[in-house]
Amino acid sequence: MERIIEQLPRFFTEGNMLLLLEAAGLTLAMTFVGCLIGFGLAFVLVYLRQAPGLWALPLRLICIAYVEIFRRIPFLVVIYLVLFFIQTVSSDASLFTIAVIAICIYAIAYTADIIRGGLESVPRTQIEAAQAMNMSRLRTTFTVVLPQAWPVIIPPAIAFAVSFIKDTALVSQIGVFELTFRGKELNNQGFSGVLVYGTIAMCYFMISFPLSLLGQHLEKRLATPRGERRARKVRRA
Amino acid sequence: MDYRFQYGVVWDNVDALLQGAWLTFQLGVIAFMGGLLIGLVGAAIKSFAPQPFRFLVDAYVVFITNTPALIQIYFLYFGLPEFGIRWSSEACVLIGLILNAGAYLTLILRAGFLSVRKTELEAGVTLGFSVIQQVRYIIVPHIAKSIYPAVANFFIVILVMGTSIGAVIGVDELTGTAINLSTVNYRWLEYFSVIAVMYVVLTFVASIGLALFGRWAFRVKARIF
Amino acid sequence: MPHLAVNDVRAKYGALEVLKGVTFSMGKGEVLALVGPSGSGKSTVLRTLVGLTPATRGQVEIDGTAIDYRSSGAVRAARDRMAIVFQQYNLFQNMDVMRNVTIAPIKIKRRPTREVMAEADRLLDMVGLAHKKDAYPDELSGGQQQRVAIARALALQPEILLLDEVTSALDPELVTEVLDTIRRLAREGMSMIIVSHEMAFVREVADQVVFMDQGEVIEVGRPSEMFEAPRTVRARDFFGKIIRH
Repeated sequence: MERIIEQLPRFFTEGNMLLLLEAAGLTLAMTFVGCLIGFGLAFVLVYLRQAPGLWALPLRLICIAYVEIFRRIPFLVVIYLVLFFIQTVSSDASLFTIAVIAICIYAIAYTADIIRGGLESVPRTQIEAAQAMNMSRLRTTFTVVLPQAWPVIIPPAIAFAVSFIKDTALVSQIGVFELTFRGKELNNQGFSGVLVYGTIAMCYFMISFPLSLLGQHLEKRLATPRGERRARKVRRA
Repeated sequence: MDYRFQYGVVWDNVDALLQGAWLTFQLGVIAFMGGLLIGLVGAAIKSFAPQPFRFLVDAYVVFITNTPALIQIYFLYFGLPEFGIRWSSEACVLIGLILNAGAYLTLILRAGFLSVRKTELEAGVTLGFSVIQQVRYIIVPHIAKSIYPAVANFFIVILVMGTSIGAVIGVDELTGTAINLSTVNYRWLEYFSVIAVMYVVLTFVASIGLALFGRWAFRVKARIF
Repeated sequence: MPHLAVNDVRAKYGALEVLKGVTFSMGKGEVLALVGPSGSGKSTVLRTLVGLTPATRGQVEIDGTAIDYRSSGAVRAARDRMAIVFQQYNLFQNMDVMRNVTIAPIKIKRRPTREVMAEADRLLDMVGLAHKKDAYPDELSGGQQQRVAIARALALQPEILLLDEVTSALDPELVTEVLDTIRRLAREGMSMIIVSHEMAFVREVADQVVFMDQGEVIEVGRPSEMFEAPRTVRARDFFGKIIRH
């Protein structure tokens, strides 16, 4: 305990704090870039998965297989697989890129189910009305289904991204300079494990907790039906 | 791409990998059971206990669910020795996972507790059930059925995500074994692609087992896909 | 030549055969009513005509042109010439009334925007909802939504309008406004197929009544014949029950 108190001034230097701030920024950047791209690609996956017709069966099976497989492989294994695969193909991809790709691959598998759930929550009758008007599948999805599916998709999608912030800790294993990596560095420099990892835990907490509260608030806002939301806006204005 | 795949090497070491898989499974089961116990206690406290205790449980849950499991395990592995407690890597992973699982299961079970409607309890009271009888005949069967899918799914999460974290501090579960073997003859891609398949198989088997158990014990139609 | 000729059409819902050889025809400007007990397949006939339920056998001809529902091109052509109004209105919940009415003509039929907007204004005026054109469906009553649905279908300029039990989901006091709109369309010479339980209305407005039961056409005739002296036993049974109301 005394050792910790003695280390405090050496630990909480401006240099160290800036390092941690930068690392936290990297953690957030990785998470959101990876999840955003993953989310977009997941949408493509779900759209392809719904392709009608017998000829599309292999495509549909591939989409289903992708999700089922990558939901069952540990993120650490995915990270290593992406790392080794990319390194045998090209020798100068940055570690950050590799991490983002790994996050993407993982996020696609997890968000695909969220998106699919959201799209399927729109009553089939809406799609039938569009079909009867000769609306193409693409236009129906974008102008009728998606706008109604958003409130069901966004909250769990954000909750996933926020919870993924914690999973990025594993990326430290391939040398990306994010929070956990800096933590290990400081620990190796001789600082107390309790002090270092306690602080790192606090950093993650201060990022994750407010964002998760924000996500919950957003979920409540989106749970009200459209007409009520418009009425509220009019009243406020 | 001129990388030549050599899966023969992997096959030579398949028994090491299988041992790793077995350790993964054992760690998963024990961590899950421990977490389930904590979760039950935590959910019970949140539902029935007075304020200071409820707040403590909340603080525990909020802290654990907003910090990475890896950091929690690092804290045990690198921090405890400063207090003279030197646990093995396996012990640190196990304790860390139990505490981690306990927090998430507290949330899941608490949601289950809340889902029992007051009217069901009132019906029990009017039929003359004592509190214990209410718990046994009304609450438990109802909850078990509604939360089983979430709990079973969480077991898979622990099995897959939780145990692989151990590899980082040298536990010889499946991922750790693959790392060890790869550093010997550099067949990283081969080993890791094989363990990826093993994880998928392992979780499928576990999912099917859990689905069947759920159907038998609680008459829950759990989805495997 | 009949405007629409349906010839021995069969349809399946999964493994169940819901239409077992349906045959009828109607001329231009005619109002044809499909009546019968629940589950007789009346709604399925309409759904099959717009390709929502696949037809397994049989022929449909519009103005002599045969439509093979197994080809997607033909289905699109059929949908181009017919418009359907559903029992549950099925307005697009994320669009306001104006957009609901105009989106298909502008985006799918590719008609000029100004022309479509003007026509939409006229149609909404005709159904008495011009003042609600910026409202969203969840702000409207059932009867209002159904009238918007009718305007939306008319905006597609169909040759034949299909009305699938359009008053069945409405509270009684809202039924009249919708029936008035349909009466007006009939007067103006719109070819329509109406599936309805409103027997008095059917009797008043239909030129032809087709009685169906269990996926088959049992009897066809003019309203006066069908309601007063049906020929088949099943029809007599059905109409007898209705008249006793």
